[in-house]
Amino acid sequence: MAGIFVLAEHRQGQIRDITYEMLTKGNEIAEKLNVELTAVMFGKDVKEKGKALSEYAKKVLVVEDAKLENFNSEAYQKVLSSLIREQKPTLTMVGHTSYGVELAPRLAASLNFPLATDCIDLTFEGENLTVTRQMYGGKVNAKATIKKAESYIVTVRQAAFTAKKPQPPLNGEIIEKPSPLTEEITAKRFVEYVLPPPGGVDITAAEKLVGVGRGIKDQANMPIIEEFANSLGAVLACSRPVVDKGWLSSDRQVGSSGKTVKPKLYIAVGISGAFQHVLGMKNSDLIIAINKDPNAPIFNFSDYGVVDDLFKVIPALKNKINELKGQKA
Amino acid sequence: MFKIWEDKQKLYENGLFIPLFNLEMRNTLDIIVCVKHVPETAEAELKIDASGKTIEKAGLVFDINEWDDYALEEAVRIKEKLGGTVTAITVGAEHSDSTLRKCLARGADKAIRLTDPKFEGSDGYAIAKILHSVIKNLHYDLILTGFQAGDDSYSMVGPILAEMLRIPHATLVKKIELGVGTARVNRELEGGLEEVVEIKLPALFAVQTGINEPRYVSIMGIRKAMQKEIKVMNLAETGLSEADVGEAGSWLKIEKLYIPPVEKQAEFLKGSPDEVAAKIVEILKSRGLI
Repeated sequence: MAGIFVLAEHRQGQIRDITYEMLTKGNEIAEKLNVELTAVMFGKDVKEKGKALSEYAKKVLVVEDAKLENFNSEAYQKVLSSLIREQKPTLTMVGHTSYGVELAPRLAASLNFPLATDCIDLTFEGENLTVTRQMYGGKVNAKATIKKAESYIVTVRQAAFTAKKPQPPLNGEIIEKPSPLTEEITAKRFVEYVLPPPGGVDITAAEKLVGVGRGIKDQANMPIIEEFANSLGAVLACSRPVVDKGWLSSDRQVGSSGKTVKPKLYIAVGISGAFQHVLGMKNSDLIIAINKDPNAPIFNFSDYGVVDDLFKVIPALKNKINELKGQKA
Repeated sequence: MFKIWEDKQKLYENGLFIPLFNLEMRNTLDIIVCVKHVPETAEAELKIDASGKTIEKAGLVFDINEWDDYALEEAVRIKEKLGGTVTAITVGAEHSDSTLRKCLARGADKAIRLTDPKFEGSDGYAIAKILHSVIKNLHYDLILTGFQAGDDSYSMVGPILAEMLRIPHATLVKKIELGVGTARVNRELEGGLEEVVEIKLPALFAVQTGINEPRYVSIMGIRKAMQKEIKVMNLAETGLSEADVGEAGSWLKIEKLYIPPVEKQAEFLKGSPDEVAAKIVEILKSRGLI
């Protein structure tokens, strides 16, 4: 078997965490298979950054080109497929990120190598690759085998693996490869980054958060949660569907495409706990979840759980808190 | 170009002009939207069925995939603004018709359902091949898909289809601005950041939720949609072979489904809402949180 490729992901001068997570998992697989792990990195003036990767990999391939300054899946696809054709790795790992999902499926189809997306685990048994991935918003895990091929491509979920620097560092060799890009990429062009306008609330600064999800069902029900949050002295946050429906502004969104929070208390109300949301709140000190589905993934990340109708529990809880405040006053 | 079109349109309305559907005259957009009929599982309790390879579907409500709902709405809005056609296409069993009817009621002009027992067990790659076999023969300026499906969440059909059609694509699209021969789209990156990308048309965009607010369907619309034809095609009509589709034509084969193991299970608080509320208050008090 040939080696393993890990595609380094970076944006605005920063190597992203998923890179180290994949390198850590990649090393584990490479050791088991007795093959070499190679980190590959594309960009403009990124050779210096390759040093950080060399601690995790025995070899770092760097391709520098002004056309690779910002991520462009068309450019990346050309460069990565030429490296894969040349080096023939058994496995290529790409992050299941905004960049990876743009690149990997098309790369796999063009090379005619099978792809498994959003993997949370992967194991080789002989030359056969088995992956674990989630379905139905994280409520079900699937073990799947990939059609046998000489080379496989996977996208790896963020935070599925914990990054751990090899001790001692591997100090891999950094090798510069010529860019195969001869012409400008014209079909697709990066224009700029945009940040949404700053909102009025900074949920990352709050000590207590009440996160509301799809279970609230209707904007008309929002005051029930707002009044509860007020009684508790907590700030209102939410999961993605609530922002998508326009019920709360995006500055209140917790999760991979929103904010990462770490309050002393996070009460998740009507949130099922898709991993994108969990990524943003799992490190809160105390997590209490209220959901009517006993198998909602959110309960696997919570300290306390209540399986019941939020429209019954929340008003009761608000009353109890107000009673207590009345006693104190 | 617009001027000529308006003039001909007027002649047409007066019964004096029969439009020639020639490319030169076109200043409207033909849009294809790929949709999927999926079970709604966000708030349902799921069980694995006896085969261990799929979930128990009985009792689940099926509807248009959430991401596709936004893609459809975006297509209809573009049509309303610029004129043109919207064609909804799906790979699925006969019950997918209710999703296609919804598309028609919301403003799609045509609907195509690709149905064959041999399509069973297809992964995202095989689905992309099936869609490609039909879409390659249609005229389109824009193809819209959902970024992922709520059931298997492969996030691969759109980009693979774009590769097969040799057109550029963008995923996680949160905004589309159409220009002459090109579009500017906002892609959602992590942590609230977006990037603007300029892409040549025809192109495929895989839409992220929240790009718009999907409209409700009027009763009139649904009634009208019931009369519209849904074109049905099977494996033979797609020109593909059995080896291209289903499990044989897929990259991935599901061996086993299971409910994720629990790493840190919550301690469940039981009792009436009042009793549970009292318990929570005690916990918060003990931690100095109230």
